[in-house]
Amino acid sequence: MTETTETRTADPVATVSSTLLEARDLHVEFTSRGRRARAVDGVNLSLGAGEIVALVGESGCGKTTLARTLLGLERPTSGEVRYGGQPLKYGSKALKAYRRQVQLVLQDPTGSLNPRQTVYEAVAEGPRIHRMPDEAEVVNSALARAGLRPPERFLLRYPHELSGGQRQRVVIAGALALNPKVLVADEPVASLDASVRGEILALMLKLRDDLGLSALVVTHDLGLAWNIADRVAVMYLGRIVESGPVEQVLTAPRHPYTQALLSVLPESPERVVLTGEPPDPTRIPGGCRFHARCQILASGKAAEAGVDARCRGELLDILPASALSQAACHYADATG
Amino acid sequence: MTLLELDDVSVTYRIAAGEVPAVRGVSLSLDSGAALGVAGESGSGKSTLAMALLRLLPRDARVGGRILLDGEDVLTMKWGRLRAVRWAEASIVFQGAQHGLNAVRRIGDQIAEPILVHGLAKPDEAAKRVAELLEQVGLPAWRARSYPHELSGGQRQRVMIAMALACSPKLIIADEPTTALDVMVQAQVLTLIKDLVAEHGISLIMISHDLSVLADVCDRLAVMYAGRLVEHGPSLEVFHDARHPYSKALAAAFPTVGDPVSRLAPKGLGGDPPDPMHLPAGCPFHPRCPVALEECSTLDVELWPAGDRRAAACVHVRSKEEAS
Ligand SMILES: Nc1ncnc2c1ncn2[C@@H]1O[C@H](COP(=O)(O)OP(=O)(O)OP(=O)(O)O)[C@@H](O)[C@H]1O
Ligand SMILES: Nc1ncnc2c1ncn2[C@@H]1O[C@H](COP(=O)(O)OP(=O)(O)OP(=O)(O)O)[C@@H](O)[C@H]1O
Ligand code: SF4
Ligand code: SF4
Ligand SMILES: [Mg+2]
Ligand SMILES: [Mg+2]
Repeated sequence: MTETTETRTADPVATVSSTLLEARDLHVEFTSRGRRARAVDGVNLSLGAGEIVALVGESGCGKTTLARTLLGLERPTSGEVRYGGQPLKYGSKALKAYRRQVQLVLQDPTGSLNPRQTVYEAVAEGPRIHRMPDEAEVVNSALARAGLRPPERFLLRYPHELSGGQRQRVVIAGALALNPKVLVADEPVASLDASVRGEILALMLKLRDDLGLSALVVTHDLGLAWNIADRVAVMYLGRIVESGPVEQVLTAPRHPYTQALLSVLPESPERVVLTGEPPDPTRIPGGCRFHARCQILASGKAAEAGVDARCRGELLDILPASALSQAACHYADATG
Repeated sequence: MTLLELDDVSVTYRIAAGEVPAVRGVSLSLDSGAALGVAGESGSGKSTLAMALLRLLPRDARVGGRILLDGEDVLTMKWGRLRAVRWAEASIVFQGAQHGLNAVRRIGDQIAEPILVHGLAKPDEAAKRVAELLEQVGLPAWRARSYPHELSGGQRQRVMIAMALACSPKLIIADEPTTALDVMVQAQVLTLIKDLVAEHGISLIMISHDLSVLADVCDRLAVMYAGRLVEHGPSLEVFHDARHPYSKALAAAFPTVGDPVSRLAPKGLGGDPPDPMHLPAGCPFHPRCPVALEECSTLDVELWPAGDRRAAACVHVRSKEEAS
């Protein structure tokens, strides 16, 4: 191990300003058909107040599982989720209080709205559960903040009377009604039209600027990260393999997996299309977990740098929850 | 050589509440071996147009105009001929169809079906053809014995493409073939489609709302809004230098990573998509158009020339051409 990695490990969170939500050495496992799936396999991640972090990675890499665990919807096998410096408590009362602070926004607005509920009823649901006073006022102001203005125009409408973008705004309004500190959004624009997508993303930025809202945005869309995130964390097979400020990670990626992801965007000059079966969390390879698909190892570059044996045989340390740019790769370590 | 020619094609659905003019007077042509991208937001009529090409629309849809495939009019064709054309001349990869694979049949049998139905091979030869097709789409031959649930989303999409290729068509129509796939799988499927076009001389019509994806695969782009073409031209020109304000908004919706202009500045298009049953008068885009003029709410827009092999349905384009 190089010295820099050691110092980083020694002081994991020093550089993230006023951490609000945090995952510490988080592991989440599922057992399916007698096999253990390590869906989240050692993740350190922190989200600062007013910060937007994008969590990117291919399908099945564990993004949703990590997000659900951060929300307390899934119990970690080991490690912990911390909010405001305290470990998350899983009692039903404690979780209820927690969910007022940290709200989930799901991918498909149609699926998360009840077709027989009016907009008013949908947005009022959370405030009612939490017995908030002035329900009508809370609903109106949440709709207005979500960009459904004037709110009266929408209160009595049903989901099918709204456009896709408006439906997603209703879902966001439902989350905002509780005045949360953090939004965890799982693919918030994936099911929306190109023209509507920008509107919803602009809304998230505005909520951060106006209300100081933090957000963890789960996506496989790197353009989305570029559009709204301060930091990005790239996940591969249950681990974060690279993280740091968006400008740095997305314009000068150091991990070969991040490089491949960026290279397949339309218009990028040289494509690295990864082949092979999608990665399987019940069979995480030894050595570097990316080695079977790594283009740097396959092309002989890792051998040139003298790290190929380590790629195949030496596990990488789990990246700390640092705000600085970092990558879990023997080659990146050796070549600087 | 022109493979496909659409002349003033329109499609109107009749529903209880009245008529839905989903496609309104679309004319375009496609050369053999060429790839055309059709873009536009949800509800603009892309899938309706695609299905009209092979007369796959429900009975309550009325189709007008002319659709010439290799010189034959699809709309007046006899049923028997149409059935043959549907697989052997042109085939379609439907939007979201990877979810429609039969869950309890092996994928090899599903790919073999059109080959057997059209008598293109005997049952014992069909297996060989299936293996060939699977290989063409980058799947190992043993996958023929798999069931759909044993495949990933991207692999299922490859199976759909293999089915479309089964009868060696001249034209493939792919409706949103990569929407909902993640970036790496999307890249795999797009590379596959590009290779098929380049190596086998197959013509392609690809539908998507992501202009950057279309610009990557296709030579030409057509942009639809409210059932009409509002712009067409060479892909990269339309993508980088759109003439119609709506195409501009679509192009800006997907940022280029690394471009400082779009950093922390997502671009959207305000307003709601138009309701085809209540289209605004004049230019149908005027309620949402950032550069609308007063006359736009009454003016009848049409596709005006906008440079070499380009056209756009916007008054600003007309004025520019008139001035020059
Ligand atoms: N309840 C569960 N039981 C068993 N395995 C599960 C369960 N939930 C998730 N998994 C597995 O864990 C892995 C990670 O799944 P997850 O849904 O977190 O991925 P993701 O990154 O969100 O993918 P996508 O981009 O497709 O949404 C997958 O291999 C998945 O099959
Ligand atoms: N069977 C039908 N009956 C009545 N109206 C229909 C029918 N199918 C589609 N429409 C309407 O026709 C218009 C065009 O629909 P179409 O499916 O062609 O759009 P699209 O551009 O493919 O959209 P998307 O991007 O969402 O797939 C829409 O207003 C739609 O509601
Ligand atoms: S450690 Fe080796 S195999 Fe892993 S990503 Fe780096 S170069 Fe590739
Ligand atoms: S014709 Fe007018 S409203 Fe229509 S796109 Fe052009 S400027 Fe906008
Ligand atoms: Mg997910
Ligand atoms: Mg469609």
